[in-house]
Amino acid sequence: MSPTNRTVVVTGIGATTPLGGDAASTWEGLIAGRSGVRPLEQEWAAEQAVRIAAPVAVEPTEVIPRPQARRLDRSAQFALIAAQEAWKDAGFEAKAGEDASVDPDRLGAVIASGIGGVTTLLDQYDVLKEKGVRRVSPHTVPMLMPNSPSANVGLAVGARAGVHTPVSACASGAEAIGYAIEMIRTGRADVVVAGGTEAAIHPLPIAAFGNMMAMSKNNDDPQGASRPYDAARDGFVLGEGAGVIVLESAEHAAARGARVYAEAVGQGISADAHDIVQPEPEGRGISQALTNLLERTDLDPAEIVHVNAHATSTPAGDIAELKALRKVFGDEADHMAVSATKSMTGHLLGGAGGVESVATVLALYHRIAPPTINVENLDPEAEANADVVRGEARKLPVEGRIAALNDSFGFGGHNVVLAFRSV
Amino acid sequence: MAATQEEIVAGLADIVNEIAGIPVEDVQLDKSFTDDLDVDSLSMVEVVVAAEERFDVKIPDEDVKNLKTVGDATDYILKHQG
Repeated sequence: MSPTNRTVVVTGIGATTPLGGDAASTWEGLIAGRSGVRPLEQEWAAEQAVRIAAPVAVEPTEVIPRPQARRLDRSAQFALIAAQEAWKDAGFEAKAGEDASVDPDRLGAVIASGIGGVTTLLDQYDVLKEKGVRRVSPHTVPMLMPNSPSANVGLAVGARAGVHTPVSACASGAEAIGYAIEMIRTGRADVVVAGGTEAAIHPLPIAAFGNMMAMSKNNDDPQGASRPYDAARDGFVLGEGAGVIVLESAEHAAARGARVYAEAVGQGISADAHDIVQPEPEGRGISQALTNLLERTDLDPAEIVHVNAHATSTPAGDIAELKALRKVFGDEADHMAVSATKSMTGHLLGGAGGVESVATVLALYHRIAPPTINVENLDPEAEANADVVRGEARKLPVEGRIAALNDSFGFGGHNVVLAFRSV
Repeated sequence: MAATQEEIVAGLADIVNEIAGIPVEDVQLDKSFTDDLDVDSLSMVEVVVAAEERFDVKIPDEDVKNLKTVGDATDYILKHQG
């Protein structure tokens, strides 16, 4: 391969999610069809129209030492935990340079969030109002800046090839991984730590999303509230956490004898230019992203056996995506097992693309597709367009090369499709 | 009643422990905040604000740069406490 079209592989994974404090427990929860959604018990929740969310299973302060945790926004704490797991999982024993198998000048970090350090911003504004100017934390700016998770992960692993933070609302995590694939493919880096994180379970974002009519108000049935493709779906459930993968050029991974989970084939990107928040109802932008993916890579639709859908459990969005899959792939869509893991994790916004890439890679590696839970009455438009994995996990073909897609779309009309393939 | 030198060192030790995670017994008069106690420039601002509250003293920004060691801070607080 020429230096500008190098093969990229996934060699490490990490996560902290509503289903578990690491990738293994998250995966176990996904395959078991467990919901991470809980009632919000905080005092402030009583007056909210939405009183459910999917908080992380393991508080980050149980993992990160207090002096370090107190100068990191919650979103950066999640990112750091997931990144450190992925880094170790990839076989690196120390930061770049100290571990001689990776050169810091050839290492990048791309971690995104949709909203940034929103809880730091709001909490420090409360401090300003209640206790005065002098008491505002001097750490506020480095905590709330949207690039803080990426910068902190970059510091932790010693990344000097570039540290980036693409922001595209709920597509941010996927865009980060797409950006990282390009950094390696085009020769800017040999190894990139990439993913997404979000920590927005706070009264203001919940009130704001709630007032947009974007969230489920199924407060009486928290675990049944996130129900993509079900006829009674009424919006997404806010989740929090992070998912991070280590991407590496195939040559670099082979040279150090790294375990390879999957090939990161590439990305397809487009924008709707339709509405600031409403999805284009026929999925035209999504179709464009899928078409771009096929044009820009050697991905063969016949190999695609699984799609980790964006499917947030909103009435319009879930169907638009399935229509696009059908439009672009035609009959080939019949052999694509479509899973909506947000039915279990809730919607991690900018973290979603990270966590769902971890899930997609593991689905290929273990050859099993996680279920979509809570589908009691499959929406006829979903049934007409796709093969939704309902209720229980489903085995994928045990032999041959298989590929899977991870879709992520965001407010603003951003569409990102990532493709992974077994090795 | 004004705090004694011993009380001030103990108070600073609590503050440094909270902010930088350094064991309280390691916070001694001759220790440098930055070199010995893991207190960087941003965290020093936190130490100063916490000390101002605890010992009812004002430490203007221009004086903070002179507080290199726990002893410097203790002397400053002894002299300026309200």
